[in-house]
Amino acid sequence: MALLEVQNLRTTFGSLVAVNDVSFEIRKGETLGLVGESGSGKSVTAFSIIRLVQEPGRVVGGKVFFQGRDLLTLPEAEMRQIRGAGIGFVFQEPMAALNPVMRVGAHIAEALIVHGLASRSDARSRAIDLLRAVKIVDPEKRVDDYPHQLSGGMRQRVMMAIALACRPPLVIADEPTTALDVTVQAQILDLLREMKREFELSLLLITHDLGVIGETADRVAVMYAGRIVEQGPVREIFRNPKHPYTRGLLASIPGGAAGSRLVAIEGTVPNLAQLPPGCSFGPRCGDRMAVCESAFPGVTDLGDDHSVRCYLHPAPGSRLPMPEKVATR
Amino acid sequence: MSLVEVRNLVKHFERGGGLFRAKSVVRAVDDVSFSVEEGETFALVGESGSGKSTTGRCMLRLIEPTSGEVLFRGENVLGFSSSRLRAARRDMQMVFQDPYSSLNPRMRAFTIVEEPLVIHDLGSKSDRRERVADLFRLVGLDPAHLDRYPHEFSGGQRQRIGLARALALNPSFIIADEPVSALDVSIQAQVINLLMDLQQQLKLTYLFIAHDLRLVRHISTRVAVMYLGRIVEMGNTAEIFANAQHAYTRALLSAVPATDPDAPRARIELDPALVNREAPLRQVSEGHFAAV
Repeated sequence: MALLEVQNLRTTFGSLVAVNDVSFEIRKGETLGLVGESGSGKSVTAFSIIRLVQEPGRVVGGKVFFQGRDLLTLPEAEMRQIRGAGIGFVFQEPMAALNPVMRVGAHIAEALIVHGLASRSDARSRAIDLLRAVKIVDPEKRVDDYPHQLSGGMRQRVMMAIALACRPPLVIADEPTTALDVTVQAQILDLLREMKREFELSLLLITHDLGVIGETADRVAVMYAGRIVEQGPVREIFRNPKHPYTRGLLASIPGGAAGSRLVAIEGTVPNLAQLPPGCSFGPRCGDRMAVCESAFPGVTDLGDDHSVRCYLHPAPGSRLPMPEKVATR
Repeated sequence: MSLVEVRNLVKHFERGGGLFRAKSVVRAVDDVSFSVEEGETFALVGESGSGKSTTGRCMLRLIEPTSGEVLFRGENVLGFSSSRLRAARRDMQMVFQDPYSSLNPRMRAFTIVEEPLVIHDLGSKSDRRERVADLFRLVGLDPAHLDRYPHEFSGGQRQRIGLARALALNPSFIIADEPVSALDVSIQAQVINLLMDLQQQLKLTYLFIAHDLRLVRHISTRVAVMYLGRIVEMGNTAEIFANAQHAYTRALLSAVPATDPDAPRARIELDPALVNREAPLRQVSEGHFAAV
């Protein structure tokens, strides 16, 4: 059984559908990379899972099974136990996520004490151990530092120490390296991989950078305008992408002959308030067909754990696309 | 003669200096020299704090350097009077990183692109309108949107507005400071293609300031790697990527995430203690210099 299983998740902000019919699973010890551009709904998906979507956003449909229980129906008190102890979090901006007037050690101790995993007296030594685990030099000294005294890379290490404090089986990392320089990013990615092994973690890694996915993820799900349009094992997706959007993203990474034109995806990311009819990628798609405007394509299972939502790859046996239920406006 | 030649550029910022604290000096740009040839794309790469943006800004005197020379077509820009400098800036323009903060939100796109023409007192009102419409077409914007405000454009379109403004005075030299790093991945390629097309069409010379090595490898002819205010390695792009000599360059190259999941991962970590900051650049092969 999968550790986390998200089924038909739907999150709205008023009339805007930020997450639309999103389904995926994360198995034990696996890293799923969730990749997409700004506004694709990848962060809202993560916040929906732990039920921390900002007002006026609301999770209006779907199920989120974590260790067999549907998180969307849990009482808030139990949900609070899940956050931290069941699912750890690493955010993009460690400076915004850390309390500027709390020492590093207090952040980690708080997590341990709240979840009843340490007394006040031994929380400090546990915090030092965790700082050592995330490879912070001189942890006995750093434990008394304030967040502003740390570099960006060190702050992200502290975030990881907090996330790992209660030994959660799943960690969600939302753009953990985006604000960092490339050499620091490499260190943090190495550390993530190592922590995953050492703590037997499953990881939901949210990023816009396919390079980060290629280095870290086992499987990848590609989001566009609120939906997952393709998912599968990372090698399969990188070698044999099926959705024109995935192909475009991979092709637009500079890497061909120097000075040659890059393959660009024309147009711009659509505004959620003005989504085109049918497939939302349609207007930017080089393979557009008449059918693409009829309805959003359903999921086609391509085998080998690879699935796609595109009329280029109709489900076997289907002649006409099944129009999905029109969302209530 | 090189189009632009930077000689021993230095920019020191003084910091602190309170009641109980002595002033300290940050050597943001520390004796930097390089030259940019007509028609090429010269890339300055490095991480945050390496001094690459400060170098670019000093070259246009958007900030005043502490010392050094910046020769543009053989004349030292740093010695220009303010009126002479204004005239010179017609030929050297800048494109900024963030298309959200670099465009005045209260000005219409037309006014933003027209502004350089007004400042240099060029053309009549109707001439300028026509010129701005031409510039819109040149950068792939629809002239029907001339009177819109910046917030009505997407990030990629805003960067095109910034580019149209930079091109308004027909410059020959453009400093592009991280021109695509704030854009979505699928939009970056569009803007990069546009930059390359314009270079061909208008015979532009670029100084391209960036941290994305994949991009630099793709578009630049030569590259200089900056580390803590100094150039530690410089040469033809292909040569630098294939045959890096400086420890920092090697660490930087090895940190670029591979998009091939099966690519061997050989991370090289930099031990800052092993970098000799005082080592001068010396030639290691034809046109390839490294501070080793």
